[in-house]
Amino acid sequence: MSDLSEIETPSRLRRMLDSDLFYAFRRSPVAMVSTLVALLLILSAVFAPLVATTNPFDPASLNLMNGFTPPMEPNAFTGESFLLGTDDQGRDVYSTILYGMRISLFVGVTAVLFAMVLGIVLGLLAGYVGGWTDTIIMRAADVQLTFPSILVAMLIFGIAKGITPIEYRDQMAIWVLILAIGLSDWVQFARVVRGATMVEKGKDYVAAAHLIGRPSLSIMLRHILPNVLSPVLVIATISLALAIIAEATLSFLGVGAPPTQPSLGTLIRIGQQFLFSGEWWILFFPACTLLVLALSVNLLGDWLRDALNPRLK
Amino acid sequence: MLTFILRRIGQSALVLLIVGLVAFAMFRFVGDPVDNMLGQERTLEDVERLKEQLGLDRPFPVQYFKFLEEAVQGNFGVSYRQGREVSEILLERAPATLELAAVSAIFAILLGIALGVYTAIRRDGFIANFIMSTSLIGVSLPTFLIGILLIYLFSVELNWLPSFGRGDVVDLGGWTTGLLTASGLKSLVLPSITLGLYQMTLIMRLVRSEMLEVLRQDYIRFARARGLSDRVIHFRHALKNTMVPVVTIIGLQLGAIIAFAIITETVFQWPGMGLLFINAIQFVDIPVMAAYLMLISVMFVGINLLVDILYAFIDPRLRVAGK
Repeated sequence: MSDLSEIETPSRLRRMLDSDLFYAFRRSPVAMVSTLVALLLILSAVFAPLVATTNPFDPASLNLMNGFTPPMEPNAFTGESFLLGTDDQGRDVYSTILYGMRISLFVGVTAVLFAMVLGIVLGLLAGYVGGWTDTIIMRAADVQLTFPSILVAMLIFGIAKGITPIEYRDQMAIWVLILAIGLSDWVQFARVVRGATMVEKGKDYVAAAHLIGRPSLSIMLRHILPNVLSPVLVIATISLALAIIAEATLSFLGVGAPPTQPSLGTLIRIGQQFLFSGEWWILFFPACTLLVLALSVNLLGDWLRDALNPRLK
Repeated sequence: MLTFILRRIGQSALVLLIVGLVAFAMFRFVGDPVDNMLGQERTLEDVERLKEQLGLDRPFPVQYFKFLEEAVQGNFGVSYRQGREVSEILLERAPATLELAAVSAIFAILLGIALGVYTAIRRDGFIANFIMSTSLIGVSLPTFLIGILLIYLFSVELNWLPSFGRGDVVDLGGWTTGLLTASGLKSLVLPSITLGLYQMTLIMRLVRSEMLEVLRQDYIRFARARGLSDRVIHFRHALKNTMVPVVTIIGLQLGAIIAFAIITETVFQWPGMGLLFINAIQFVDIPVMAAYLMLISVMFVGINLLVDILYAFIDPRLRVAGK
C-alpha cells in the first residue's frame, strides 16, 4: 500500500498537467485571463498588509486633513498624494479596497464552504438513505427554493441579529453574515449531490463495497463522494461569485458587515453618500473592484462547467 | 386534472403553514416580546396583563394556532419601533411597492419580448450582437450598482430625473398613486428600469433561444413556401409558439421582482414595503419582519400555484399525468 502511494506522489503534478482539464484550460484565453485576474485579486487581498500603503483601520495612520483627496493629485493642505484618492476620513481608498476585499472574500469563501459541506452531507444522506430522510430533506429544499436566496439570507441575518446580545452584534456580524449566506445557498449542492449519489448507488463498486462489509458512512464518504465531486466544484465556483455579490448587496443595504470591518459592499454604501458632491472616486474604485472580482470568478465557473461537461466534448 | 390541482393546493398550504411557524417562532423566541412592547417603565401587573393578552401563558401549539388565526385576519400585532399596527403600516406602504413592481414587470415583458424577437430574427446583425453582449454585462452587474450607475448618469450628471422618493402622489381612497402626476411618473423611471433590467435580459434571452428553436422547424419552412410574409411568420407562427415557457418564466419572475424591490427601494429611498423590511431588520422589529415574511410568502406561493395550474391547462401532457 505505502509503496504504491510513494510511486504515485511525484507524478501528481505531471498527471495534473497532462489532464484533459488542464488541456482545455490552456486552450481557453477567457479561462486563463479570468484565473489570472482572480488570483491577482485574491493574493492582493490575502497579503493586504504587505501590498497596502497604510492600514486604514489604524487611527494613528490617519490624518483628517487628507480627507477627500482626488486620485493622483496632491492634497491641498498636506501635499500628500494618493493613487486612488482618499475618503471623507482621509483613509487611502486603495488600502481600504484591499482590506475590504479581504473581508468580502473571507465571507464569500467561508459561506460557500459552509453551504458546500451542509449540501454535500444532506445530499448524500438523501440520495443514499432515501425514504423519509430523502422526502424531508428535499421538501425543505423545495420550500427554500420558493424564495430568492437573498431574501432568505436577509431573514436569517435579521433573526440571528435578534438572538445575539446587543454588545456582541458588531463582533458577530461577520459570522452571522456567513451563516446567512451559507444557509441560503446549500440547496444547489444538496440537489446535485443527491442526484449523482442516486446514480452512483446503483453501480457495481458500491455493491462490492457493501458486500465486503464496509459501513454505510464509509461507503458514502470514501466511495461515492469522490465520484460526485466534479459538479460540486462547478457549483462552488459559481456560488462563490454569487456569494460575493450577495455579501456586497447585504452590506450595501446595511444588513451585513459592520462599519468597523467594512467589506466592498460597505465601501460602496459609504461612497454613495458622496456621489452628489462630486467625490466619485470613493464609490467608483470599490465598485469596479467588486465587478471585476465577481466577473472573473463567474467566467471561471462558466468555463469550468463547460470543460467538465462530458456532453460538450 | 382535479387531483393535480388539489395536490398542488395542499402543498402550497403546507408551505404557508411552515412559513407561519417560522414567523411565529421569530415573534416568540427572538428577544422577549413583553420586554420589547413595554419598555423600561413597567409594573409586574403590566407584564402579567400583556402576557395574558398575548396568550404567552398557554401551550405552544395553542399559541401557534392563535397566531395563524390572527394572521389570516390580517392582525400581526404592533410594531416595536413605530408603536403602530403592523397591518396599518404595511397597507400604507403596499401601493408604492406594487406600482413599482407592476411598472418594472411591464417594462421587462414588453422590451424583453421585443428585443428577443429582434435578436432572433437578425441573428448575425451587428446591433443584435451588440445587444446580446451588453446583456451579458447587465446580468453580471449587481442590482444596486445598476441603480447607482443610473442615478449618477441621469440625476447627478444630466439632472433629468429625480434620484429618490416617489414624487407627488395622489390619494385615491387609501391607495396612493404616483401614476397621475408628472413628478410621480418621472420618479418611477429609474427605479423601474433598475428593478426590471435583470428580468428583461432574462426574458430577452429566453425569447431569443425559443424563437431560434422554432424558426428551424418544418412548419415555418412550409409557411415560407406558402409565400406568407415575414411579419406573419415571425409573429403569428413563431412568436405564438414560444409563449408557453415565456409565460412560465414571467409568472415565476413576478415573485422575484417583489423580492428584489427591497434592494431597489433602498437605493432610491422608495417608501415601499421593501424599505420597511430592511429598516425592520436593522432595528430588529420582529412583528414587521414576521408580517412581511407572511405577506410575501402568500404572494410567492400564490404565484407558483397559479403558474402551475395555468401550465396544466396549456400543456395537455400534465393533465394526463395528474390523473
